[in-house]
Amino acid sequence: MFPYSRPAAERLSASLHRHGAMHILRAPDIRSSEITPEALYLDRRRFLGVATAAGVAAVAGIVGPPLLRRGADPGRDVGGLGGDGGRDDELTSYEDVTGYNNFYEFGTGKDDPKENAHTLRTRPWSVRVEGEVAKPATYALEDFLEPHRQEERVYRMRCVEGWSMVIPWLGFPLADLLKRVQPTSKARYVEFTTLLDPKQMPGQRRNVLPWPYVEALRLDEAMHPLTILATGLYGKPLPNQNGAPLRLVVPWKYGFKGGKSIVKIRLTERQPATTWNVAAPNEYGFYANVNPEVDNPRWSQATERRIGEWRRRKTLMFNGYADQVASLYRGMDLRKHF
Amino acid sequence: MRGRARESGTRDHGPAVAGRTAARLVGPLVLLLTVAPALWLVLRTAQGDLGADPVEELEHQTGIWALRFLALTLLVTPLSRLAGWSWLVKRRRALGVATFAYATLHLLTYVVIDHGLLLAAIADDIVEHPWVTLGMATWLMLLPLALTSTKGWIRRLGGRRWNRLHQLVYVCAVTGVLHYTLAVKKDVRLPLIYGAIFALLLAYRVVVRVGLRRARAERAAARDAAAA
Repeated sequence: MFPYSRPAAERLSASLHRHGAMHILRAPDIRSSEITPEALYLDRRRFLGVATAAGVAAVAGIVGPPLLRRGADPGRDVGGLGGDGGRDDELTSYEDVTGYNNFYEFGTGKDDPKENAHTLRTRPWSVRVEGEVAKPATYALEDFLEPHRQEERVYRMRCVEGWSMVIPWLGFPLADLLKRVQPTSKARYVEFTTLLDPKQMPGQRRNVLPWPYVEALRLDEAMHPLTILATGLYGKPLPNQNGAPLRLVVPWKYGFKGGKSIVKIRLTERQPATTWNVAAPNEYGFYANVNPEVDNPRWSQATERRIGEWRRRKTLMFNGYADQVASLYRGMDLRKHF
Repeated sequence: MRGRARESGTRDHGPAVAGRTAARLVGPLVLLLTVAPALWLVLRTAQGDLGADPVEELEHQTGIWALRFLALTLLVTPLSRLAGWSWLVKRRRALGVATFAYATLHLLTYVVIDHGLLLAAIADDIVEHPWVTLGMATWLMLLPLALTSTKGWIRRLGGRRWNRLHQLVYVCAVTGVLHYTLAVKKDVRLPLIYGAIFALLLAYRVVVRVGLRRARAERAAARDAAAA
């Protein structure tokens, strides 16, 4: 369905090869509730230094089949990095993906989430789906996830601050959920609300942002096959600091669009007010599509620094996913709708 | 023991000797203080211990140390007067030069490491983004102060003109803190703390100056009254 430049499986294994690390992925159709991570998943860092041949064999043998199985199902294809003409995109290390990010609910420093997110309790967890849907309901997380097969998606992640990563997410298309809950004919937007609980989220004790954190997409953006709800990364369940147990990932938009630790999904007729847009409307627009030509008032968006590298690289239009998503914005002035 | 000696009105030479020893230690200690953060950064860089985004960390650390040394420089005068630590005044130059040195490392990190010497992109950044403009302006104002920090330049300019030139440091404090505040995305707690510290340091100067002016006016008034 999407013209990926290289099969994702090959790319993933090539990337792992370059890291010289063995990595084991879980079969994709296992419910998140059944995941017992630490016993089954082996931290790739422990395998640094293991013979590359062994690593490649392991990747080919273990990662290969599930990826191929998924690949055989069109429209559920593994989200590759796509459309970038063979740029060198190595996976960002697990340590950096889980140790350096923004999650203001746990503090405003980028080391804070890892430090503080242990206070978040992700079980039990429930997700409310409401608004313009035929079947509003509150789901226990297990029931919410049950019908959806978890698949691996390797996506670039571009932060509005000018740094980027490459992250192997585990998740499922948001479109599948939306089809399940049946938006009404009035539904035009989808709003995602993060948990509000200052006891579990110490960052919410300060009004650095209006809580709870709210993000939203236009319905067609939400239905786009690249848009996923993620439940894991690197083949493991999401660490708390990355938005456990459920978060949004929209790879062609700046990272802040991806709401974390979601407790409510609401379909609306009107464009919802979103947190960063409310906090600083001249800096963060509703759309927040990655766009090297439209600068933030305080910094240029023309280049970015990939975490793990010293030199800047050019930022790509729609974060390199223009082939897949540019049509969503045909005829729109992207300077105005930034 | 000493206390009792003082109470009894006799003096031993203990405190004076200890004071001289301390004074001898101040120079090396200040030197160590000014060099230590840079050494620490070099060590962390060599060990790959700068975190996920080393360039950002280098920029942040060099910038924050420039501000810290600027605050220490401005602390010398009030501390020497209020606490009577007159020996401190001699160390102000080292602290001022350290401020400039860290600001220069900050600028070099930005120009060479962060932007790979791409001068067109850097020029755009300086022109288009006020916080970068402010940072650049601050460094440009620190430059003449560092260049004229030698005894020779004090002599050449004359104390009065030299003093007037070096009042630019107060402007640097304001633009430096503004630069920091505007660089922060949302959580401006730390920049505001730095802002408050500089506000106190500048307020001290204002109070002293107003006090001096008032004292002078009173003396003049008293003289006039006596004459009449």
